[in-house]
Amino acid sequence: MPNHSSTYQPEPGQGVRSAAEEKMMSVGDDKKAKGWLGSEQRRLLIQEYGIFLAFLILVAVLSVSNEFFLTAGNISNVLLQTSINGVLAIGMTFVILTRGIDLSVGSVVALAGIVSASFVTSSATAGISGAPYPVALGIGIGLLVGIACGAVSGLIVSRFSVPAFVATLGMLSAARGLTLIYGGGRPVPALTPAFRWIGTGDVFGIPAPVIILAIVFAVSWWILNRTRFGRYIYAVGGNPHAARTSGINITRIQFVVYVISGGLAGFAGMLLSARTGSALPQAGIAYELDAIAAVVIGGTSLSGGVGRVTGTLIGALIIGVMNNGLDLMGIQSYYQQVLKGALIVGAVMLDQKRNYGA
Amino acid sequence: MELLLEVEGLKKSFGGVAALRDGRFQLRAGTVHALCGGNGAGKSTFLKILMGIFKRDAGAIRRRGKEVEFTSPADALASGIAIIEQELSPVPHMTVAENIYLGREPKARFGGIDFRAMNRSAQKLLDDLEFDIRATSYMMNLSVAQMQLVEIAKALSHDAEVIFMDEPTSAIGEREAQHLFDAIRRLQAQGRGIVYVSHRLSEIFQIADSYTVFRDGAYVGSGALADIDRPGLIRMIVGRELSEEYVKTNAPTPETGIEVVALSCPNKIEDISFSVRKGEIFGIYGLMGAGRTEIFNCLFGLDKPSAGRVAVDGAEVTISKPADAMALGLALVTEDRKLTGLNLSDSVRANICMASLPEMSPAFAMDRTREARASRDMREQFQIKAARDTMPVSGLSGGNQQKVVLGKWFLRNPKVLLLDEPTRGVDVGAKREIYRIISDFAAAGGTVVMISSEIDEVLGMSDRIMVMRAGRSAGIFSREETDAQSLVHLST
Repeated sequence: MPNHSSTYQPEPGQGVRSAAEEKMMSVGDDKKAKGWLGSEQRRLLIQEYGIFLAFLILVAVLSVSNEFFLTAGNISNVLLQTSINGVLAIGMTFVILTRGIDLSVGSVVALAGIVSASFVTSSATAGISGAPYPVALGIGIGLLVGIACGAVSGLIVSRFSVPAFVATLGMLSAARGLTLIYGGGRPVPALTPAFRWIGTGDVFGIPAPVIILAIVFAVSWWILNRTRFGRYIYAVGGNPHAARTSGINITRIQFVVYVISGGLAGFAGMLLSARTGSALPQAGIAYELDAIAAVVIGGTSLSGGVGRVTGTLIGALIIGVMNNGLDLMGIQSYYQQVLKGALIVGAVMLDQKRNYGA
Repeated sequence: MELLLEVEGLKKSFGGVAALRDGRFQLRAGTVHALCGGNGAGKSTFLKILMGIFKRDAGAIRRRGKEVEFTSPADALASGIAIIEQELSPVPHMTVAENIYLGREPKARFGGIDFRAMNRSAQKLLDDLEFDIRATSYMMNLSVAQMQLVEIAKALSHDAEVIFMDEPTSAIGEREAQHLFDAIRRLQAQGRGIVYVSHRLSEIFQIADSYTVFRDGAYVGSGALADIDRPGLIRMIVGRELSEEYVKTNAPTPETGIEVVALSCPNKIEDISFSVRKGEIFGIYGLMGAGRTEIFNCLFGLDKPSAGRVAVDGAEVTISKPADAMALGLALVTEDRKLTGLNLSDSVRANICMASLPEMSPAFAMDRTREARASRDMREQFQIKAARDTMPVSGLSGGNQQKVVLGKWFLRNPKVLLLDEPTRGVDVGAKREIYRIISDFAAAGGTVVMISSEIDEVLGMSDRIMVMRAGRSAGIFSREETDAQSLVHLST
């Protein structure tokens, strides 16, 4: 009986394919090889774009069933709702690709949000002395807080070999506690309009958070698909032993992905406080779950090495569109959670069937 | 005489691609039957159908003349067919006895497990096989070779009449292999039928009495091993003439390539010294766990030696991480390509380029044309058969996967090649290509250190051979002054 729990075993689906493909290769017939390529391409097409198709179907169904869904105002609203989760999920993709997980992002959202807010508030009591400072300083501080949290998690995971689940669970608790300590449990209100622009402003009608999400996505796509560092991430997640033997510094890669996730979580925290106009100590609770859900729905494997940031973006959009669609249909938010749960598990079930099913 | 097992016209396709077109097989009682064929010949598919893992598309399987249909491995076992798989599947936190009787533990009162009876019968089983293993020790504390032996004992404990062994010796040493062969002979004498699947022809000639050859998913021929010689069998497996099994064109030069003096690593290796010249192939022979791989780990910066000196090209060097070793022109082809050699989920191209990424991306962003070119060059040079180099490397046969690992390192133009079991799990045809690659590399002035537990390979390829025993060197011999017997003798 094969033991599927151990990570080094070849996956059963791959074994099956290997025999068949080798067979094909030994035939060496050009025409047949092309036919095989066709089916291989079809398989890849479904694998790459299956999630995109699911998204389009969801959109089509919602536009038919509700006339309000496809209006510019609503689309902009969905994108706005998705932007924060999208930024978090993209950071999470980096971590999950290396076989890790970052449970702390929700707490880091709150901490970075409240620390940065204290620099850009016009409230006389809630801010630090001298506030409000220029927006750039506030954003820089928020990013630094996120990066620092990520660096601590990354250090614990990569240097001390603590499982990512445990290390970031610790950070989840610690960052939330620091948020409450820093703000004394009180929100920081009255953020300056200049700072609020990143959450509420727009360029030619496109909301600023959506533009920010687009930039984060584009840069992440480039890093993961076109750079040496991106290759390292896939190699470390796919097979850390082979990566190490190939001269890759896996400790450093593991460290950096948590820094990226932390930095993006810090940024998301500022987007959130900028949008609502004040930083709340209880902000971002359970945000890590939506971020992980988007990554998983997007087809990234929790066992590392396999996945695309494009899938993550679509995963985040699916969650956003679904929440919005159910809102429009007037379905209670309690039911939405149940449906979201079913969606997450269903997406992974389909994925398993596609990869390993006969 | 009634046949224990008879298979006719077995067919199986995956997504329109035939993996098995015409599987035929006959097994008589009291025989050891070798099932031969290259990678992709359809052996694994054949075994998986017999195990009840795959459903056949067509064909008949008869067990003692009766049609059978298996839908799960349990069905096959119930019908008296046991299979020892190549991939180990131990439960590490259980004892040897618990692993052997997993799922059929002897019952005690109140539904508990009768541990005493279980340990006793497990120990008897192991003793009968003359395997030196305690039934009460935990699986995780055993060596790979010992785990393989437990797997064998487990299959035998089912009291099956037909026993398939898929590459049973791929992870065990010569001495354990001899124990296994003794056990096989005893089973044979009891009138059981053993099907022996292996790439190692010398083992097949040693233990089997008849053979069946598959090629490209179809039956090619069968007969008694007494009626065929080694080149003849190879010809059937490969489907063409192979002039020589081993390729050796290199000649050592007077210059030293790598020198190791008194290398030690606590509890692993002790006082290892050797010096390999440019153009030389230096073999390291020994049993599993004799400290062979540990030498490479120390040389490549994967492990920290406690004492000793290493000199490359005459200059003393310090290697504390793989990147240091790579900068000095060392390359390490590891023992287990799936575990430490390849990123299976990634593409052929990404794997070939994995050890050369800094060179491939001078400005952080990858130079994709250069990547594609490097991959194409390596695929051409080593004749790696892959439909496209963007397909996952997991879809390649063992031989082609191994060539991808070689390609990854040759891309770096290494000066010293450290090879750990370079042909494990690779079929005869691909083996010869790998030998040619190694030989060409040495002939061009490269330095090769090669670990192998296949005795013919060590003798066929090496200029000199170091024998390892329990973490120490048992001597260095030139290929002319030694033979298989003395190597085995020295290693045990």
